[in-house]
Amino acid sequence: MSDRYAQLVNAPLASQIARRLGLPRPVPLERHQPGDPVIRGRVLLGGAPDGRLTGALAAILAAAHAEVASSLQEPLRSTIADAGLDATVFNPDAPGEQRFKALVLDATGIADSTQLVALQGFFHPTVRRVERCGRVIVLGTPPADCSTVREATAQRALEGFTRSLGKELGGRGITVQLVLVAPAAERGLASTLRFLLSPRSAYVSGQVIHVTAAEPPATVDWERPFAGRTALVTGAARGIGAAIAATLARDGARIVGLDVPALAGELQALAARLGGEALELDITAADAPATIAAHCADGLDIVVHNAGVTRDRTLAKMPAERWSELLEINLSSQERIDDALLDGALRSDGRIVSVSSMSGIAGNAGQTNYATSKAGVIGRAQALAPQLQGGRTINAVAPGFIETQMTAKMPITIREAGRRMSSLAQGGLPVDVAETIAWLAHPASGALNGNVVRVCGQNLLGA
Amino acid sequence: MSAGARRVAIVGGNRIPFARSDSAYAHASNHDMLTVALDGLIERFHLEGEQLGEVVAGAVLKHSRDRDLTREAVLSTRLAPETPAYDVQQACGTGLEAVVLLANKIALGQVDAGIAGGVDTTSDAPLAINDDLRQLLLDLNRTKSTAARLQLLARLRPGQIVPDIPRNAEPRTGLSMGEHCAIMAEEWGIERAAQDELAARSHQHMADAYERGFFDDLVNPYLGLERDQNLRPDSTPEKLAKLKPVFGGEHGTMTAGNSTPLSDGASTVLLASEEWARERGLPVLAWLLDAQTAAVDHVHKREGLLMAPAYAMPRMLDRIGLTLQDFDFYEIHEAFAAQVLCTLQAWEDPVFCKERLGRTRPLGAIDRERLNVNGGSLAAGHPFAATGGRIVATLAKALHERGSGRGLISICAAAGQGVVAVLEA
Repeated sequence: MSDRYAQLVNAPLASQIARRLGLPRPVPLERHQPGDPVIRGRVLLGGAPDGRLTGALAAILAAAHAEVASSLQEPLRSTIADAGLDATVFNPDAPGEQRFKALVLDATGIADSTQLVALQGFFHPTVRRVERCGRVIVLGTPPADCSTVREATAQRALEGFTRSLGKELGGRGITVQLVLVAPAAERGLASTLRFLLSPRSAYVSGQVIHVTAAEPPATVDWERPFAGRTALVTGAARGIGAAIAATLARDGARIVGLDVPALAGELQALAARLGGEALELDITAADAPATIAAHCADGLDIVVHNAGVTRDRTLAKMPAERWSELLEINLSSQERIDDALLDGALRSDGRIVSVSSMSGIAGNAGQTNYATSKAGVIGRAQALAPQLQGGRTINAVAPGFIETQMTAKMPITIREAGRRMSSLAQGGLPVDVAETIAWLAHPASGALNGNVVRVCGQNLLGA
Repeated sequence: MSAGARRVAIVGGNRIPFARSDSAYAHASNHDMLTVALDGLIERFHLEGEQLGEVVAGAVLKHSRDRDLTREAVLSTRLAPETPAYDVQQACGTGLEAVVLLANKIALGQVDAGIAGGVDTTSDAPLAINDDLRQLLLDLNRTKSTAARLQLLARLRPGQIVPDIPRNAEPRTGLSMGEHCAIMAEEWGIERAAQDELAARSHQHMADAYERGFFDDLVNPYLGLERDQNLRPDSTPEKLAKLKPVFGGEHGTMTAGNSTPLSDGASTVLLASEEWARERGLPVLAWLLDAQTAAVDHVHKREGLLMAPAYAMPRMLDRIGLTLQDFDFYEIHEAFAAQVLCTLQAWEDPVFCKERLGRTRPLGAIDRERLNVNGGSLAAGHPFAATGGRIVATLAKALHERGSGRGLISICAAAGQGVVAVLEA
């Protein structure tokens, strides 16, 4: 499972050889450890004139105790002062040795294509000053919410910028995201900004995240956001599922781990380790939804649909049972379980997060069945989201190349290609998927609904 | 000064021209320079044989033999030997703090008149013996038996011969003042061109002031110097732009031209109650209205080492009900051009003023045409403890020339301290 290539090219001598040969030299990604601050290092906060989010961003950064700098422009400094953020100064004309862990630009003020030069103005003098594993976050307005065609054009243009910058900076472990914030939705931005700034989002890059208007909870425990909450994780016995369960448990959740009876041993060990419950059943069984709902009758806050299988075969060789079995496990059973849970057990601010796949976006030879199921997961998140009432949400994550037992069994050429074909030039870890799910499942993430977030290091496929 | 207190008059000042380190005053001691500066003042105001309330002065770099430096200097002058004296030390704030201490006693009626001053030499610097050797010698002194003494002497090592040279470094950070200021300059984004422009103006203003005789009754020649040795009347931003950075690395903006050089010199100021001055027919150049000292935590909170005046200022202004814009002259000590610019920038910045100073609105900008109109430390040089006296006397005279008005003083000091004061005429 270990990425020997990455270890090798980061060793002193080999690193020099790799540089000479122009080989990719993936940076060891920083990952969150319990007790870590949101971000270590200085955040440069900027705003195109007339942006509407600068104050909200400053308040979030202040609450996160981030070290922040900004240029001395007005009204930027007054907005920052009003937000109670003690920001130092960065003058691009006297930059000195200043380095940044993150660059955050409020681009909502860009209302015309001629104003897009603000992107160049903010990032050109600063982009080389971003530290390893740094973060670049651009905030815009969803084009659909723009009041003029020109504004919508300019806001849509931001995506081309962030996706390209992600490819330019990925080699240094730096991630780049675009967050589109609907009008009056800035109050729901905190969990997203914190996640994207932190090492929790190590393997998420080149994404576009939609934040809608939703009232955040009055108080949030950022250390243990899931304290007092219950999470059902399917396919929890091993791999990504086990990481999801462990991460949610780390952040305070009571875990109900579900997996097939064949993996009962591993599942029970996990449940014992996390202090949760093991629920052994086959999710495709006719009575599975009712059994789960009954088991969770006391109330459920989080459902993570992670259980999934591959049954690879080119379509010409794909028998019906191979197709149907996979569709049942990966998609149809989810629909039935959700129906049962949405009827009662899932609480009013409940969160559903489904694990899709990069294959569901890009397609993959030999995986027509798998990609169909995973594209269906995306469709389901997008279609169900607007129908959910109260504070319930559904979102999907689409992992790219994640280092698991499954990928370890791949032929070396395919495995190496899978690892390097992303901006970050390496595979992700199960915990990267888990952290992303924890963010979407966060009590303060009610403003995220219908999002599909890839955890793929900005993989070149389907991007 | 608080209600009921007496007004404190600044009668006049005297200093010797400031010299660059290891130059004209290379062999003059602090005692020599302070004595000469005092004697000049005594002569100017006919204080020979006079018993003053007190003389207070200090030096930043002192020899161990200079116990009660000021008292010993007084005994070398023509003041009555019955004039008491004491030393103070507050890095570059020493001179102004001495003025404040004396002024407070005058205001309270404890003394009627006195002299405040300061002196420093970086040439005749106190070299101390190596601390290892010092410990060894002290141990030796404490030891009685010959055998034990021999044993101690066996601990002697060649390295212990190297003396301890006083360093311009902060004890708690190990960084020099210039390195600290370079961090501030970077944090405030101070551009090189702005620093060079401020430095050039300082030289031009001071040269103009000398030309029109402004310093004739403030400076007495000493050891062949008639003007401050560092002064370059032909200084321009273009010439200064050619210098290489000395602090802040290769991208640094601070040079030998926009930082003060190490210097030697002494200054004195005569302060008195209104009655004392009137009885003797002495002029009152200006009144000392108020003063404030502040300190910042440059160690743990990482505030800029030289930012304390930015904190002291609003406390004083609030107390006397003035705004930063209510002044005709601003005397901001130019330890480094960047320090002045950082301070001015901080007072204009909404974030600094709200988060660090706890104010709803920034203090705002000053009229730069009123800043250091007779030159500053970049031109004059900066013998640490002598700067406060130079500035107080210079500002008092400028106000006296103007006839009326207010002047503001801001002096930053090492170890994260700062002193500010208001003069009024």
